[in-house]
Amino acid sequence: MSSLQTPLHKVQGLGASHSGTGHFWRQRITAVALVPLGLWFAFAIVGLAGTNEVAILSFLSHPWNALLMATFTTILLYHMALGLQVVVDDYVHRAGMKIFFFLMIRFLMIATTITCILALIRIAAST
Amino acid sequence: MADMPQKRAHERPLSPHLTIYRWQVTMLASITHRATGLALMVGALALAWWLVSVSNGPEGYESFMALANTPIGWLILFGFTWSLSFHMLNGIRHLAWDLGYGFNKVTATQTGTLVYVLSVVIAVGLFAFVWTGHGGYLQ
Repeated sequence: MSSLQTPLHKVQGLGASHSGTGHFWRQRITAVALVPLGLWFAFAIVGLAGTNEVAILSFLSHPWNALLMATFTTILLYHMALGLQVVVDDYVHRAGMKIFFFLMIRFLMIATTITCILALIRIAAST
Repeated sequence: MADMPQKRAHERPLSPHLTIYRWQVTMLASITHRATGLALMVGALALAWWLVSVSNGPEGYESFMALANTPIGWLILFGFTWSLSFHMLNGIRHLAWDLGYGFNKVTATQTGTLVYVLSVVIAVGLFAFVWTGHGGYLQ
């Protein structure tokens, strides 16, 4: 699909949210992706429940499992940031506060994503 | 004044809010979707903490388990489990709406009730599964 936006709409800006339909669409795409990834995560966590650190390390250091966990956490945290942004949009009405919360949400998302991926790299390197 | 949404020219009347409407399944499911989403934010941070604790070696993992493997830890983990079940099932309900299905008033109420029932069944089922020793199959 090329674009659903008319040329006029493009030059007029992106509406009251300043981001057009991008946020809505990304929230849906990440939601769809999180259904199979979430089912895999549930399978993995239940499968590791009651085991020990060695079993968890060997599971997470497997390349496919590391890749799936990295994908799951990255998309989960992105979906989380999109959702939190909607909550701020609904309840915070002052422009300055809104920008402050948006920045905090993005920092939280990026910092936590990097934390998860670094942890997975350390796990992969440890075995 | 589309370019200045924060500036209000007049105090306009607000639409009726939570205290006005009679409680219904559909609105409760909507509120629960947001509440479980916020709970899952804490869950995502806990997941990051778990990954870091595993990467820190046996001592790091023990420090995580010392907190997670307590009655309060189990209660919180059950909260995350139910929140994820609910948010995923209700999310699928939302995606169906986005495709144009299930908007009928009766259908929307029925699927809302179904999401509540199924999410509790799944969360309790998963915990019963682990508690009866069926978890840990990835060892």
